Amino acid sequence: MTADQLADLSDTLFSSSVGLYSLAVVAFCAQLAFGRRPARARELVGSGAPAEPGATAASAPGADPPAVRRWGRVAMLLTALGALAHAGVLVARGLATDRLPWGNMYEFATAVVLVAVVAFLVLAVRSPGLRHLGLFVLAPVVVSLVAIGLFLYVEGGPLVAALRSSWLAVHVTSAILGSGVFLVSGIASALYLVRSRYEARGGDGADLVARVPSAASLDRLAHRTAVFGFPIYTFAMIAGAIWAESAWGRFWGWDPKETWMFISWVVYAAYLHARTTAGWRGRPAAWVNVVGFGMVLFNLLYVNMVSTGLHSYGGVD
Amino acid sequence: MSLAAPPREAAAPPPPPARPSAVRRLGGFLLRQWRRLTAMRTAIVLLFLLALAAVPGSLLPQRSLSQANVSQYFADHPTLAPVLDRLYLFDVFSSPWFAAVYLLLFVSLIGCVLPRALEHARALRTPPPPAPRRLSRLPDAAELPTPLPAPEALDVVEEELRVRRHRVVRRERGGVEELSAEKGLLKEAGNLVFHLALVALLLALAGGKLWGYEGSILVTEGGRFCNSFQQYDTHSSGALVEGSDLTPVCVGLEDFRAEYEEDLTAASFTADITYGPPGQEGRPATIGVNDPLRVDGDRVYVTGHGFAPRFTVTLPDGSTFDDVSAPFLPTEQSTMASEGALKLPDLGAGAEDQLALQGFFAPTGMVRDGILTSINPQPLAPQVAIVAYQGYLGLDSGLPQSVYSLDTSQIERGRLTEVGSANLAVGESTTLPDGTTVTFTGYAEFAALQFSHDPGQVWVLAAAIAVLAGLLGMLLLRRERVFARATAAPADGGTVLGVGVLTRGSGDGAPRFAALTDDLRAALAARAAARAPSDGAAPEPEASPRDR
Repeated sequence: MTADQLADLSDTLFSSSVGLYSLAVVAFCAQLAFGRRPARARELVGSGAPAEPGATAASAPGADPPAVRRWGRVAMLLTALGALAHAGVLVARGLATDRLPWGNMYEFATAVVLVAVVAFLVLAVRSPGLRHLGLFVLAPVVVSLVAIGLFLYVEGGPLVAALRSSWLAVHVTSAILGSGVFLVSGIASALYLVRSRYEARGGDGADLVARVPSAASLDRLAHRTAVFGFPIYTFAMIAGAIWAESAWGRFWGWDPKETWMFISWVVYAAYLHARTTAGWRGRPAAWVNVVGFGMVLFNLLYVNMVSTGLHSYGGVD
Repeated sequence: MSLAAPPREAAAPPPPPARPSAVRRLGGFLLRQWRRLTAMRTAIVLLFLLALAAVPGSLLPQRSLSQANVSQYFADHPTLAPVLDRLYLFDVFSSPWFAAVYLLLFVSLIGCVLPRALEHARALRTPPPPAPRRLSRLPDAAELPTPLPAPEALDVVEEELRVRRHRVVRRERGGVEELSAEKGLLKEAGNLVFHLALVALLLALAGGKLWGYEGSILVTEGGRFCNSFQQYDTHSSGALVEGSDLTPVCVGLEDFRAEYEEDLTAASFTADITYGPPGQEGRPATIGVNDPLRVDGDRVYVTGHGFAPRFTVTLPDGSTFDDVSAPFLPTEQSTMASEGALKLPDLGAGAEDQLALQGFFAPTGMVRDGILTSINPQPLAPQVAIVAYQGYLGLDSGLPQSVYSLDTSQIERGRLTEVGSANLAVGESTTLPDGTTVTFTGYAEFAALQFSHDPGQVWVLAAAIAVLAGLLGMLLLRRERVFARATAAPADGGTVLGVGVLTRGSGDGAPRFAALTDDLRAALAARAAARAPSDGAAPEPEASPRDR
């Protein structure tokens, strides 16, 4: 295949992955809609998906009814297929341009979202209880991919001189991994905030929240992913400093991107401390984690698109 | 804690009155404040303050990044800027309040970590603590019945735990044999290494700032500079750097090459340089983007490049100035469109007969409606657009002015008047009203070179690696304590083995505890089976060593 065909293939796969993820969102919705209710289950009103045969079989407490499991499996399958197409976007990009496919903001953001999806898939395969999170992971994924396609898209091209270094593979890859894992962690903490309020009110309120995993397991998920992401993020920062020393003549210079990476690193450090400190456990710590991801996101969007610094490789005008 | 110690010693003879002395109260107050400062919740608040304090450093222009942007901000916000400046908001990262936040944080960190380090050193030397009275109260606990007698059942547990790299201690309390084991002390060690390495990182950074320096200079091809602050266009140096500390070397630029892809993306910038002590030829070296020269703690970088157009000026009296040039700074990296000024104060005539050319250089120019633009960063068809001024430049007025532009106040005051303008390709010339001709004869390429010396950076790297290693140890290792107690089973003469586990730093210990008890059951059963045929025989040859 020629480079042009590969580039076209990459763009087609991007649309396909958005489509597959959207279908997965629908399937996850169905899974939640037919899910069991907490103890005093009222009569199910299979809203959203009428004429679904499994809808009536969803009253037994305990294990999920078959319809739910079926929808869950379909959703997971669609997510996995979407992730394959999503990975294909980057592979085809890389082949078309003959370089690592994270040379601009479009590619970087696409890769971050892919890491988040893969992290979710791995977690959901290992502990099936987390599959109920699917909607809350996949819906932001679809929204961000659409936004990436609309606002960040650029044609593939060669790298500028400053990016032609083997540190690109080390620094940017670890930044992508760290950010993607933090995305999952941030979603878990945001859901924890919703779910813990629901539990504090005695399990009364929105039916959707009732089917989200318990606050305790969300808190654990957020912590475990943050613990996994934090050393990777730290490594990304150190690798970036080593690269900056050879590219810009100093290892740290408070360039806006460096400053915001420092800020988010400090916030995540605060989260890890907060979670083991009396008075900060629970909701305050979860807020810190959400703020931390907000910083990562801000770093990606604001610093590349609004401020001017040395990290202006976004390719977005 | 030394903070609180002296006042307390001063209050050695305790006075009898009911109210404690002022000194003692002060001591108590200081101790309370110290405890408050080193508490974890203070550390969290300080972390937030640190993050918050860094925010203005990225939102407002900083002098350390771009003096020009700060000047622009002053021009745009004439009333607000001086107020912000008084709050150090244009030098956030070297401001006293930023330093106050991180120094408080580090004091808090040291005050928290040092006692923990001492405690950890003690824990390394002391055996695991005795088993709690009720094992069933531990987060993970189980009872395993076995036909083996109590000591032998604990032997089996000890072997299993030693394979899992536990430190094991056997004790006997009230006739009941019990076992305590622990592993994962490296987790706490990782925690301590992480925090102490952060302190080392800060010290290395400070050292680099104090003893480091850096200078930048534009050098045209064939040009040369030596490492001294007088030569640099801009330089910064640490408080403890003397001019005589600078490495005596000179750097010459032989050749500069910029290469571009078909779509005009910059592919590489390389400079052939010579490097050596003053007065010597110097060794050749090639440096480029991502590829500096590193010699003995000094580094030489190419940080940019540009063009210096050359002109020949012929005065009406026939005297000529051949190939005078000045570097023009690129204003647009993608096309290398550049702007600059050539100042000729010494044309021989009076102080009012100076000449200046302010201009725009296009490596590949295209003129449309009389306006010159650049369409390609490579010098394929260089052109300049110049505006000539005659009059007094004000160079000896004592006020500093940029070498890249004319002093506009001289123009506004009418001391410098525009006398002509032209778009010139190489070889073309223009004649000014007084008969002076200006010829565009070509260009030279210049490179922006940076000379850096930072004795701290190797230590910063070492500290950063230690930070990461400590972090991995702290976050990925588990600290685990296992307790076991063997009590005689009431009925059949066997033993009931109570096992309990306490883990720290792991989400769910249940699966791991299940694996441990499964292994223990299997090992107990194997030992019981091996024992059954030769019941009452000599003790097993591989009796496990004991830790007493």
